[in-house]
Amino acid sequence: MQDILNGDENMSELPGDLLYTKEHEWLRKENDGSVTVGITDHAQSALGDLVYVELPEIDQELDAEGEMAVVESVKAASDVYAPIAGVVVEVNEELSDDPEKINADPYGDGWIVRIQPSADVDDADLMSPDDYQSFLDDLDD
Amino acid sequence: MLDKLIFEKSRSGRRAFAQAPAGDDIADIPDALRRGDRPVLPEASELQTVRHFTRLSQKNFSIDTQFYPLGSCTMKYNPRACNSLALLPGFANRHPLGPASHGQGFLTCMYELQEMLKAVTGMQGVSLTPMAGAQGELAGVAMIRAYHKARGDHERNEIIVPDAAHGTNPATATMCGCVVREIPTGPDGDVDIEALRSALGPKTAGIMLTNPSTLGVFERHIADVAALVHDAGGLLYYDGANLNAILGKVRPGDMGFDVIHMNLHKTFSTPHGGGGPGSGAVGVNRRLLPFLPIPVVGRDDVDGEPVYRWLEEEDVPQSIGRLSGFMGNAGVLLRAYVYMRMVGRDGMQRIAEYATLNANYLMARLADAGLELAFPGRRASHEFIITLRKDARQYDLTAMDVAKALLDRNYHAPTTYFPLLVPECLLIEPTETESKETLDGFVDALVAIVEDARHNGKTYKDAPYTMPVRRLDDVKAARQLDIRFDGE
Repeated sequence: MQDILNGDENMSELPGDLLYTKEHEWLRKENDGSVTVGITDHAQSALGDLVYVELPEIDQELDAEGEMAVVESVKAASDVYAPIAGVVVEVNEELSDDPEKINADPYGDGWIVRIQPSADVDDADLMSPDDYQSFLDDLDD
Repeated sequence: MLDKLIFEKSRSGRRAFAQAPAGDDIADIPDALRRGDRPVLPEASELQTVRHFTRLSQKNFSIDTQFYPLGSCTMKYNPRACNSLALLPGFANRHPLGPASHGQGFLTCMYELQEMLKAVTGMQGVSLTPMAGAQGELAGVAMIRAYHKARGDHERNEIIVPDAAHGTNPATATMCGCVVREIPTGPDGDVDIEALRSALGPKTAGIMLTNPSTLGVFERHIADVAALVHDAGGLLYYDGANLNAILGKVRPGDMGFDVIHMNLHKTFSTPHGGGGPGSGAVGVNRRLLPFLPIPVVGRDDVDGEPVYRWLEEEDVPQSIGRLSGFMGNAGVLLRAYVYMRMVGRDGMQRIAEYATLNANYLMARLADAGLELAFPGRRASHEFIITLRKDARQYDLTAMDVAKALLDRNYHAPTTYFPLLVPECLLIEPTETESKETLDGFVDALVAIVEDARHNGKTYKDAPYTMPVRRLDDVKAARQLDIRFDGE
């Protein structure tokens, strides 16, 4: 996701219960131990209106930082990388017909995939909302 | 105002009688191969048809009518002489299946074109057969794979591609069964050498580079890159999209590249619009010579006289194979041949000099006028990038808005939103064939649009205003793709 995402508006409020990556993805730890992943508002805004989302298969094994999904807008196609290693337990099938859900509600209806992590998620590798906000501010000189 | 489709002008039974084929004897066609129902074709008179298509052609934005600074596409003037000479009856009426002895003139031109392309790129062999840049890339990476395979080096399947690359590069590598390893670009636009070093290894098949890169700057560490990749056992692929910038100045072969594709429709001025026909001739150094795709024109000496012929599979048993039935896009190749003969060796250098001078002049004027350069510390090659990220944020003026507004001022838009590394960017390539007056007019138009946004609050969200169609809904077009006329 890095490529086209350097510098854009960073005004939107970041949900406080999520963790973030430098690749502009968010993670939410669910009660059952799984982790839900999507792309941030900054990412969807920089990509523009999405027209296609390629989702992984259920039970697919993911390597950390390996390719997980593809989001395509009229401007560009971008890989979405898996922020953690694990197995895909659920994908947001509705995105196949309505990729614009990611634009409209990136932290809610626009979630992309739910992963069962293969190891404990190390928060140190991820950013808090405050850290991610500073990261966005730094991009935007 | 949209014109009616030719289908909407159709009236049942209307014919262009003078154009009807003589005779309608279909007795030779077996019953089983004849269609049962009539094809859905428009029925119109000859005059209606002439008017319809003439009107459509008048709406075309083209290099013959407007400045066309489309970055990475080298939209230069196509000299009329190239067209006239390629259409000489001896060329145009030559049957592709005619014996070589009847086509020595044509074959001589193709052989000499191969030789000229070798000379200007510093390669040892050229095949003219690929019929587009993308097919040239496919041939190039297929040769890299064939080379490693012939050496029993079966593990090498990784192609390294910088993140600034043309999208066709990773696509080509994937099509050839390779795994793509992407490496980042440094802040000054050069390849990140440390990242390259760590990406290299026993699985490296090669690296695909464009030099000058898509960022419009010359890769200054190309000698280091070549040494590192070769030391690791990989080969270097040169994407010829930006060859215009270095023509007659520096040769990819001398930079250490093993294989190159050339877009004859860019650098050597064959027609470019409408998606083709293109020509993606490939050149190779000595180690890849056996793998060149056919057809290739070979030369024998018979009694001291040159005789030209097509090389066949038995001549080049290790060839990656036949990529086109006859001679690639023969008419396009002839135009490139005439162009190169007209320009000559000295002219090649002037092409690069004026293409670079024009780009740097445009870049300097736009920077002076307050536009932000993506790589302000670097000299432009034949193209350069401006970024409207601040105008997009402060004034809601995006690269797309500027592109559309330029159409109203009678300039074709530059390339927008590419390369992906630079937000809200315009990639501008004027080429060597434009006058200073044209360049000045373009600067004035672009600056006026930006100033309008900065000082007058105008955002051009609805531009273009004067074109046959206004702002198209590209999102809806992609989401609800409908490309079939159903006859209603």
